[in-house]
Amino acid sequence: MAAYIVRRLLWTVLLLLVITAVTFLIFYVLPSGDPAKLRAGRSPSPETLAAIRNQLGLDKPLYQQYGEYVWNIVRHFDFGNSYTNNQEVRTLVFSRLPNTIFLVLGAATIWFLSGVVIGTVSAVARGSFWDRLLMGGALVAISAPVYWMGLVSLYLFSDDIGKFKLLPGSGAYQSAHGLIDKGHALILPWLVLAAAFAAIYARLLRSNLLETLSEDYIRTARAKGLSERRVVLRHGLRSAITPIVTVLGLDIGILMGGAILTETVFNIDGVGRLAFDAIQRGDLATIQGTTVVLAFGVAIMSLVVDILYAFLDPRVRY
Amino acid sequence: MPEPLLEVKDLTVHFETEDGLVQAVDGISYSVERGKTLGIVGESGSGKSVSSMTVMGLTRAGNARISGSITFDGRDLLSASDADMRTVRGGDIAMIFQDPLSSLHPFYKIGDQLIEAHRSHNAVSKAKARDRAVEMLGLVGLPDPRRRIDSYPHEFSGGMRQRVMIAMALINDPKLLIADEPTTALDVTVQAQILDLIQKLQTELDTAVVMITHDLGVVAEVTEEIAVMYAGRIVEYGKSDTIFAAPEHPYTWGLLKSIPRLDTPRDQELVPIFGRPPSLINKPSGCSFHPRCPYVREAHKKVDPALEPTGGADPSHKVACLLPAETRRSLWAGLRTGDTPDEVLQEVEIPANKLSPSAEGQTGEEVAGQ
Repeated sequence: MAAYIVRRLLWTVLLLLVITAVTFLIFYVLPSGDPAKLRAGRSPSPETLAAIRNQLGLDKPLYQQYGEYVWNIVRHFDFGNSYTNNQEVRTLVFSRLPNTIFLVLGAATIWFLSGVVIGTVSAVARGSFWDRLLMGGALVAISAPVYWMGLVSLYLFSDDIGKFKLLPGSGAYQSAHGLIDKGHALILPWLVLAAAFAAIYARLLRSNLLETLSEDYIRTARAKGLSERRVVLRHGLRSAITPIVTVLGLDIGILMGGAILTETVFNIDGVGRLAFDAIQRGDLATIQGTTVVLAFGVAIMSLVVDILYAFLDPRVRY
Repeated sequence: MPEPLLEVKDLTVHFETEDGLVQAVDGISYSVERGKTLGIVGESGSGKSVSSMTVMGLTRAGNARISGSITFDGRDLLSASDADMRTVRGGDIAMIFQDPLSSLHPFYKIGDQLIEAHRSHNAVSKAKARDRAVEMLGLVGLPDPRRRIDSYPHEFSGGMRQRVMIAMALINDPKLLIADEPTTALDVTVQAQILDLIQKLQTELDTAVVMITHDLGVVAEVTEEIAVMYAGRIVEYGKSDTIFAAPEHPYTWGLLKSIPRLDTPRDQELVPIFGRPPSLINKPSGCSFHPRCPYVREAHKKVDPALEPTGGADPSHKVACLLPAETRRSLWAGLRTGDTPDEVLQEVEIPANKLSPSAEGQTGEEVAGQ
């Protein structure tokens, strides 16, 4: 197991190197505008541009820029400074990461629990009215884009512009203080972010559980005289839920790079908002920083998931 | 005659599906006495598993249409409530299955699975149930049960897993064990060990056994009586010795002739039964076996044979065949000496319109019209 983890960590390092290199290249190949020009203000003199290029290190060859960038990360965990306001990218990212984590973990709890409950009910009552209603609703939730659902939910339920003033709306999170207030402000964003995931998980769990319930060991459980509830929950769900845990880990990892749409619609100062703004301004250093955080999130979570899997399924050994 | 432990009468199990009505079991009757063994033999799709699953109350799906009666130990199982059936399942009637790897839950230790089986029928502490599990694992011949009880199913060989399944089935001292193809997924040497084990435990614990298999070789050693099933019906029923010595149904002959035996000459060919098992949705008219029967006559396609006593030495011996009894005996006499069906047909004349007595009585006009 230890050897496996070390091997995986080495792969993760390699993966991060490749990801930073690719983002670097994409930024230079794509016509996103010259960062020095963006920085220099209106009609700058060639001298000013050269000075800014020199200051940002943009006049060095690409491989050298990349090399220094990676070396700084390795040595100081330093992602450089933002091209637009010269703040440390590290500080920018890490000051916003807790907001994203709070948003994502809350939503993940909601979508995982509701997905499992809905999927189980649907599978057990397969073909019934409830099954059709729930799966139909799931299809709607999957098809509705987050920004649309976000805006509709604000229009309906937010306590400033909503028809039914029930929950804190856009921007409430920024002005909230304390964990409970912040949590209260996140209820709407949580639900909006969780909706599509819950629907996907419900459908996934339903089909997994239906498949599991036709397994031979479920017939054995019934032949033992167990109650149907125990057969479904302890024998069926136990198997059906295992692959879903893998998906959950990866989804959380991906969202560590920011739930861009949700954070934008609800004006939450998370990593997603930071990335969104950085892309608009052509701020490579910040884009790189958020991308590395996302890649790191995915890599770490996939490692966690693989280790967890060995505990969930005794047949898996590394 | 003592009251049998299990008595199945006119059991019919049909499933309504989108493709039509599946007549999985079509009016079968059999009984098992305490401590005795009945073999149910047939190809896949003959209804042998469905009938036993019905005894366990495991076919009560929304689309199943079940009629007839199942009496177990004086109780009517078909009308029992789901809650009552749950206490019967795994308590008085236990079951083991074909593939022990897929029949054990891969995520739980075997000990936990045995303990669960015991505790769902007995209000005992975990520690007591664990002791009982260790005892049962020892009884089925698992080496070092106290240590192996914490292993997972995938850590055992196929034979050991089937021993675990047997231990789990017998942990509540059932009166009846239904073994559904218990040796089919195992190596030949292990098959014999498992059969020996079932037989040994049956004697020790005085359990009745229903042994379901497609392999007459398996039931030969262990059963007192045999029911041969074809297309949802019992086509031949009798004492094991009778079935092997004087079988009267062409399907049974086919099964017997397709087993390799050491006591027949080496150059004698195995004769497969040609064709496939019939669809249970559109069963052949008349005798269900007629499309595959080498001795078929025109009348057999119209008249449905009833299961009736053969009138032979074994009073329990019954067969559902339209051939006249004397013709059946002459045919078997030829077959048992090693003739192929074609060779036998050259020696034995099959009367075109004469049927077995009861069939002729029922539908004489139809036959006369041929």
